[in-house]
Amino acid sequence: MPGTLVLATTKDGRLTRDTLELLAGASRLKEKLAQPVAAAILGTGVGPYVPLLFAHGADQVYRAEHPLLEGYQGDAYVVAIHQICERAQPTVVLLPGDVMGRELGPRLAYRLQAAFVGEFIDFDLDQASGRLQFTRQAYGGKAIAVVQPHVNSVVATAKLRTLEPAAQEEGRTGEEIRIDVALEASQLKTHLIKRVREEATGINLGDAKIVVSGGRGIHGPEGFKLLEDLARVLKGAVGASRAATDAGWVPSSWQIGQTGRNVSPDLYLAFGISGATQHVAGISGSKCIVAVNTDPAAPIFKVAQLGIVEDWKAVATTLIERCRELTGK
Amino acid sequence: MPLNIVVCIKQIIDPETPMSQFAIDPRTKRQAPGNNPLVISPYDANALEVAIQLKEKQGAKVTAISVGGATTTTALRSALSMGADEAILVNDPFLAGSDQRGIAHALAKTICKAGAYDLILTGCESGDWADRAVPAFLAEELEIGYVGYVTRIEVRDGQVIVRRVVEDGYELIEAKIPFLAAISSDETNTARYAKLRDIMTAAKKMIPVWKAADLGLDPERIGLGAARAAITDVYIPVKESKCEMIEGNTPEEKAATLAAKLRELKLI
Repeated sequence: MPGTLVLATTKDGRLTRDTLELLAGASRLKEKLAQPVAAAILGTGVGPYVPLLFAHGADQVYRAEHPLLEGYQGDAYVVAIHQICERAQPTVVLLPGDVMGRELGPRLAYRLQAAFVGEFIDFDLDQASGRLQFTRQAYGGKAIAVVQPHVNSVVATAKLRTLEPAAQEEGRTGEEIRIDVALEASQLKTHLIKRVREEATGINLGDAKIVVSGGRGIHGPEGFKLLEDLARVLKGAVGASRAATDAGWVPSSWQIGQTGRNVSPDLYLAFGISGATQHVAGISGSKCIVAVNTDPAAPIFKVAQLGIVEDWKAVATTLIERCRELTGK
Repeated sequence: MPLNIVVCIKQIIDPETPMSQFAIDPRTKRQAPGNNPLVISPYDANALEVAIQLKEKQGAKVTAISVGGATTTTALRSALSMGADEAILVNDPFLAGSDQRGIAHALAKTICKAGAYDLILTGCESGDWADRAVPAFLAEELEIGYVGYVTRIEVRDGQVIVRRVVEDGYELIEAKIPFLAAISSDETNTARYAKLRDIMTAAKKMIPVWKAADLGLDPERIGLGAARAAITDVYIPVKESKCEMIEGNTPEEKAATLAAKLRELKLI
C-alpha cells in the first residue's frame, strides 16, 4: 500500500525523540497526501515498542526480528529495511539524519532506485505541480534549497531537531505485520569490535534541555573542564564546535553542527564560538542562544538572543557560582 | 604488496566564503563563483591526509580522482602536491547535472578502469551540498563494505580496522578489503600543507582526462535527464534576530546579570 514509512529507533527502552519527530512529519504527509503512516522496527524483542508506535501515529508497524539486527549494522539493516519496503511499497521512506540514517538512507535509495533527499528541514506540496517537495539547507547553512523528486519513490533523511515530536494518543491502535528477514552472517561485511561512550555528564546532547558549548576561544582541553562543571550544575550536556574537536581538545562525538549533532535545547550557551554557518546550522532549533565572545563582530551574535562581549573564562566561572546559588546546589 | 588507495575528491567554492561574498546565481540556482577561491572540499582533504599517512606508514599508492569541470585539475594538483601519486579527472559535458547515482556510477567505473583497489576514501560530506549520498551509492555500486564518519584507519593483513564517530562516542569496526570509508575529521587527520618542492613536482605531472565513452558509462544513469530529483530553487533565507548585549563593568558583573536574566526567563 502506498504511504510513508518511518524507520523507528530506540534507546534505553524508549522510542527515540528522532522517531517521534519522523512520525510527526509522516502524519503531516498523511494529511497532505491522504496516505497511511507505517513504521518499521528492527531488532530483537522489539514487540513492546509496537503499541508505542501506534500511539504516536503509525497505522501499520512492520516488525522484523532477527539476531543479526540487534544493534545497528549497515549491511544487515539495509537488507531488512529493503525487504520491508518491498512488502510495504511506500512512496516515501523517512529516516533520522543520524549516523545510522545518513549511512542507510542512500544505500536504501540505491536499492529501491528511489530519489534520495538528505537532511530535509521541511516538505510541502508544490502549488503548481502538486508534487511533493523538500527544503534543505545548502552551502553550510548559508542557503536553502528546494528539491523536487521526479520519481514516485523517495528516501529522505530528516535533519533532526527541526520537527516537533509527535504527541502520544492513548488507545490508538493499528495493524502489526511481522517480517521474516532472510539474513545470514555471511552477508555482513563489517563487524563491530568495540563501542566507547564519551558523554561528559551522562546526558545525551540531542535530548539535553541545556547545552554548554565551547569553541576555538577555549584554547585547550583544560577550559572544557570548566564548561563540564557548568553543565553539571545546570544538568546539561557539553558540546563543541568543529574547531575544538579537530584540535583534539574534546572527543569528536561532541561536535555540534552540520557534520555532528543537531541540538534544540531550551538554552544553548556558546563560549568562545565564532559562529560559522556550519555550526549555527546545528543549533538553529535552540529556544535561547547565549553567546560569550571577546569579538563583538563574531557572527554568533547575529543568531544569539543574549550576548556578552568578554573573555569566556571569567564569565563561566561566575556563572557556575551564581547558578549554584540560584539553583540551591 | 603496497596498498592501492583511491581518494575521491570534489572541488568546491571555498565554504569559508563570508556571507558578504556569498550570492546565488539566479540563472543557475547555484552559488555564484565570484572571486572566491576553489578548494578541495574540506572532508575530502581529511580523506587525502588519511591516505597519505597510510602511505607513509606502510607503503601505498594513492590515486586521487574527481568528477568535475576542466578547472578541477587545480584540486587534483593540490592532492598530488600533498602526496598523492596519481590523479585522474573525469570531465564530460554528459555528466553535467548528474545526481548522486550518476556521480557514483562515474566514480565506480573510473576506479575499476584505474586498476586494483584496496581502500576507497571519500569525505563524509561535501562542503557545499552535504547530502552525504555519494559514498554510500559508490559502495553499493561496487558492492563493497562501507562505514561513514571514520576518523582513523589501520590496515593489517587484508583487514581494516576503523574508528568511527557515533552520537555518544566512537566505535572500532573491522572489515575486509576492498572497503570504502567516508572520512570525518579529528586531530589526527588535519590536512597538511604542501611543501613548495612538492608543489613544483606536482605541477609537472600529467593528469589524464577521461570521458564518459572511455569509461563505458551507462547513459541512462548520468546527466540531468537521469537525475531522480531536481533542485528547483536555492535562496538565501532572511534571518532576523536581535541580540540583547549584557553590559557591566566587569566580567563577573555581566555574568551575574546573565544568571539573573536566565532565571527570570525560567531557563535555569
